Amino acid sequence: MDLNYTLEQEAFRSEVRQFLQDNLPADIRERVQKSLRPDKAMTQRWQKILFDKGWGASTWPEEFGGPGWSPIEQLIFEEECALAGAPRQLDFGLRMVAPVIMTFGNDEQKERFLPGILSGEDWWCQGYSEPGSGSDLASLRTSAKLEGDHYVVNGQKTWTTLGQHADWIFCLVRTSTEGKPQQGISFLLIDMNNPGIEVRPIIMLDGEHEINEVYFDNVKVPAENLIGEENQGWTYAKFLLGHERTGLANVGQWKALMKRLKQVAREEQDGQRPLIENTRFRDRLAQLDAELRALELTVLRVLTDKRGPGPQASILKIRGSEIGQRLFEMLMEATGQDAIAHIPDALELGYQGPRAGSPDATPAAGDYFNMRKLTIFGGSNEIQRNIIAQLVLGL
Amino acid sequence: MNFDLTEEQQMLNDSLRRFVTNELGFEKRSEVIASGKGSDPATWSALAEMGLLSFTFPEAYDGLGGNAVDTMVVMENFGRGLVVEPYLATVVLAGGLIRDQGSEAQKAEILPAIANGERLLAFAHSEPGARYNLSQVNTQAEADGNQYRISGAKTAVLNGGQAQQLIVSARTSGARSDEQGLSLFLVDTAAEGVTINDFATHDGHRTAEIQFNNVAVDASQLVGRLDNAFPAIEKAVDLGIAALCAEAVGAMEAMNAATLDYIKTRKQFGVAIGKFQVLQHRTADMFIQTEQARSMAILATTEADSDQRTQRREALSMAKTLVGQAARYVGQEGVQLHGGMGVTDEMFAAHLFKRLTLINLLFGDADHHLAQVSDGLLAPSA
Repeated sequence: MDLNYTLEQEAFRSEVRQFLQDNLPADIRERVQKSLRPDKAMTQRWQKILFDKGWGASTWPEEFGGPGWSPIEQLIFEEECALAGAPRQLDFGLRMVAPVIMTFGNDEQKERFLPGILSGEDWWCQGYSEPGSGSDLASLRTSAKLEGDHYVVNGQKTWTTLGQHADWIFCLVRTSTEGKPQQGISFLLIDMNNPGIEVRPIIMLDGEHEINEVYFDNVKVPAENLIGEENQGWTYAKFLLGHERTGLANVGQWKALMKRLKQVAREEQDGQRPLIENTRFRDRLAQLDAELRALELTVLRVLTDKRGPGPQASILKIRGSEIGQRLFEMLMEATGQDAIAHIPDALELGYQGPRAGSPDATPAAGDYFNMRKLTIFGGSNEIQRNIIAQLVLGL
Repeated sequence: MNFDLTEEQQMLNDSLRRFVTNELGFEKRSEVIASGKGSDPATWSALAEMGLLSFTFPEAYDGLGGNAVDTMVVMENFGRGLVVEPYLATVVLAGGLIRDQGSEAQKAEILPAIANGERLLAFAHSEPGARYNLSQVNTQAEADGNQYRISGAKTAVLNGGQAQQLIVSARTSGARSDEQGLSLFLVDTAAEGVTINDFATHDGHRTAEIQFNNVAVDASQLVGRLDNAFPAIEKAVDLGIAALCAEAVGAMEAMNAATLDYIKTRKQFGVAIGKFQVLQHRTADMFIQTEQARSMAILATTEADSDQRTQRREALSMAKTLVGQAARYVGQEGVQLHGGMGVTDEMFAAHLFKRLTLINLLFGDADHHLAQVSDGLLAPSA
């Protein structure tokens, strides 16, 4: 038992840190660290920089163009990226559909889809949830009927994050109504430029456009875009959820945010003293700091477990999302009444107009509102507790 | 970075688990508690034979040169089976102090005596009113020729009534709450002027309130450096905290297992109550709390041996905070999910709850340690 990183891992950390220092553009860093509005070009620009270095997909094996890093190296990379102020890479392609294509796709599909994901040229979104199918995902009704060499897709997906930018959507579709609902689901890759697809924005409670509804009206999809076997999609989706949960702990990002929160607490004034000297606030900060440490160690335990992540990974989603929400809540509270002003224009880079309080206050409440999604998406925390109770505890 | 036990530690874990399960069951435990002796001689000898009483002592003193991870393995198993032997007091606290601070002569005499199970020791440090503040020591040791004369009162001395020797902290200079001016002395419990009130604890262990009235101690009984014992006291307490965190994890694991057994078999409204989602989510939360506590017990263990004080103390305080909170949560929920049975003396769960409750009160509760972490945030480097 040894909680120290090896010399090789420390050297790797230095290498990543140096690379970020030399290559992360200042405007991107500023956008991320000030929590300004994200944008597609920024994400793609950063993906290209990482791609050129050979670091485009930290979790991918070498055979598909990944760096072949160990789980610990992946974690170090993510942590350093977050601490440096690099933007989040697009998970939908890199961490969600790519592992499914690598594991269940055929060679043609791998050759066709993986390079665009890696370079960032192709923007992917996820088509799982439907208006009537949230936690009960297997009840989904969007249908795909095979007609000759193509499927005809009809139905509606929702909560499609960043779908407004997407070139591709990976969908769970119903190809059969026989047997249990899980048995008639297939995994289909659909070009967003197809006629018959309509994307409508859903404005979130922070006033921002992040998620969408996607409508399919007789959309023709080539049969070769089916992953694996027809009616086996549920198996692939469950495999994907396992991947998602490990990533959802978000430790690197939360550590960077904790650092920022401590900084804000030193800078914000509470009467004649800095906020950090307010015992009530500081005690809650200390509690959160300790819980974040516990989360980090639990992630490391899961990542180094030779048996791989099992249903225990639900712990990481639950604790990661709860801790993330509290970080944003405390950031908002740290800026106090300055957080009440809603100034959408100030979320753009280069904003020079008037604002209330410090730049820390501008995005604070909006971010807090937005982050309520963390305990809801990716399998709500209540579903995660069901998974623990049923698959881990045998209830 | 690895969380694996060595092959030897894994073997220790396996054999200890068998020993606790097979030899130290609930009835046996009740007998030991009823005896009022705080220890069963046969069990203690068996632990000595297994090498457990000297695992963390240097090989030169009949030990096996182990570290805090070995202690963690032992304490987790003791927690799982609620073992009431004086391991924490004698081996972890007093044994650790002699190992780290003792003179050659002290080590040569005492460590083998602990190792073979002949001698019990206790660490007499806390004082009435000091609560969890380690530097609040009012017991005085005055130099008197080649002797010291010790006067004062100690509280919550774990197994103080069973020990043959105490390691007593006393002030040799400085004011009541100074870190400077503290020294440690070996004192025979049979010495003139030592008055011991021995009590049972709620969880089956023993504690003592001890008075020292002008007790004469030879200068050779000084342990470690005169006036400079504070770092050693902190270190001993940190080793104790790490051990308690591991014990709590074992007890929480046992509580979860007992609770799952119960709700899978107990039927109401025609079904096992474990089929109810409201109970499923609560057991899921007990599991989450236990796994978080396990992560922190591992952190406490790997930091407890460190000489980097600030980092070590922060880690130990973070660990004791979260483990204390988890112990309270899992303990209370375990009892609640056992329903009426949970508040009866016959259920193991009730005893697990009591031990988990008292662990939070030892060497600083969650509030105390949270305050330590919190105050640490005031440092510019935090």
